[in-house]
Amino acid sequence: MSAILQTTGLTRTFGAVTAANALDVSIEAGSVVGLIGGNGAGKTTFINLVTGYLKPTSGKVHFDGLDITGQPPRLITRLGLCRSFQIPQVFDSLTAYENLLVGLGIVSLGRKAFVGSALGRQAPEAVAEEMLQRFRLGPYRDQLASTLPEGVRKLLDIAMALAVKPRILLLDEPTSGVSADEKFTLMDLVLEAIRAEGVTVLFVEHDMDVVRRYVQRILAFYEGRIIADGDPAEVMAHPDVRRYVVGEAPRGGEGSC
Amino acid sequence: MTSPRRTVQGLAVTLLVVGVAAPFLPKWAGFLVTIAIAKALVALGLLLLMRTGLVSFGQGLYFAIGAYSAGVGAETLKITDAVPMVLLGALAAGLVAAVVGVLLARYRTIFFAMLSLAFSMILYGLLVKSSALGSTDGFNVAARTVFGLDPAGPIGRFGIYGLAALVAFLGAVGVDRYLRTHLGRLAPAIKDNELRVEYMGASVRNVVHLHLVIAAVLAGAGGALTALAVGHVDPETAYWTTSGEFVFVAILSGTSSVAAPFAGALILELLRSFAYEHAPNTWQLVMGSVMLAVILFLPEGLWSVFRRRRKATP
Repeated sequence: MSAILQTTGLTRTFGAVTAANALDVSIEAGSVVGLIGGNGAGKTTFINLVTGYLKPTSGKVHFDGLDITGQPPRLITRLGLCRSFQIPQVFDSLTAYENLLVGLGIVSLGRKAFVGSALGRQAPEAVAEEMLQRFRLGPYRDQLASTLPEGVRKLLDIAMALAVKPRILLLDEPTSGVSADEKFTLMDLVLEAIRAEGVTVLFVEHDMDVVRRYVQRILAFYEGRIIADGDPAEVMAHPDVRRYVVGEAPRGGEGSC
Repeated sequence: MTSPRRTVQGLAVTLLVVGVAAPFLPKWAGFLVTIAIAKALVALGLLLLMRTGLVSFGQGLYFAIGAYSAGVGAETLKITDAVPMVLLGALAAGLVAAVVGVLLARYRTIFFAMLSLAFSMILYGLLVKSSALGSTDGFNVAARTVFGLDPAGPIGRFGIYGLAALVAFLGAVGVDRYLRTHLGRLAPAIKDNELRVEYMGASVRNVVHLHLVIAAVLAGAGGALTALAVGHVDPETAYWTTSGEFVFVAILSGTSSVAAPFAGALILELLRSFAYEHAPNTWQLVMGSVMLAVILFLPEGLWSVFRRRRKATP
């Protein structure tokens, strides 16, 4: 399979801190990849750099062979590289239905500018209703986003990212703030919704059970670098990952906390 | 939001009432309503901007451009009818917004407010120094005909009043319709979360720019109508107190309905007239007190009275 997303020497510094340190990442089309690492390891920075929210200090980002380095988020989104947010970025004064309609409306306004959309030949209103059902948001249809429970906001946030028919979906901690027993339900729902479309998924996750269950590959981040990359079992067994990410004490060494 | 059909029906009935009432209104009242409508058009533009999350303290810029263009255009282009004069005012204001909007659309909050104010004050400064435009005195503006009718004739004397009512109807229906389109729906989305709008593939700056132009077109039409009703323009139209008054109307009215600015502007004009008559030395005090009361008791503007009542009835 060919690489759909490729970064070469992707670097971003904030003063003395290097949040992304010469990252060379190649993501194959159709794969589900987990991004793990402790707080401040550079996972979100990686997503922000790839989607154009942050401009890299140096290095390149290629999406499907196209150089998208430094392009603004709206252009990158139109190409089919979409993201969700760790803290749900929804429109608080609008209802769940209207939130989806805003996104689908944008797509319908600029059909030609977008690589693909969730619309097909349907009207945005009909697709919004259909998406509400697909993501089990029906009961919350006319509720203001500001009043929705956190798990529902999270789901709405992800659903909004799917208004554009993404080719790559980057999920930033999709299950944070979601209760333990709902995590799998949420991930099942999201992956189910996009499975048929062959979307490449990258997601940041702290819960290793969630990671193990869904991914084919793991990228482990530490201090802006990738310390392990590959098959989940291998990465999880990597000593540096056990030490810095999972938080296990090195064998025979001192306690890690 | 009320249904689109109900809004149009409500506005059409109002237009009809305003039209039928015309011959029975004393002259001062007809003038007062015309001025109120003209100012409400500017406030209607502010409503659109406020829904987008922006407050402009410089709508006087477009109001003045509209007023002066109607006058200067009539002179240089030999336009004699009021209708093309208003169109010209609206068009000129829209063009100015298209240009200054390139810069304005980059700013938000207080920076946007102050920059818009700065632009209006630049125009004020230019107008005051332009002797060709009458400097501080301004110049007279008059339309020889309104809809082709003689303003001194039996029907023509209601001309500017009727024209104002018609423009108001079209403006209100237009903005209401626009807010229900996919593009218009981006206004509250931008107010809530610009980042997300960008991440859904839309350019926030372009939408803000467009809304600036729409607001300017409305303000320009309002300015031209005011010039025609008063028969005179002067640099005061671009002065910051004029812009402040538009914000006053917008806040007094609230942004929940496109009809609100018209009700708000009418109440403001009536209030001012009575305050001026009964408290000629302290009328500003009366106005200030009313503003204070509205902010305290009706923070979402006068129009929220209707909404509260509707909510209260099961």
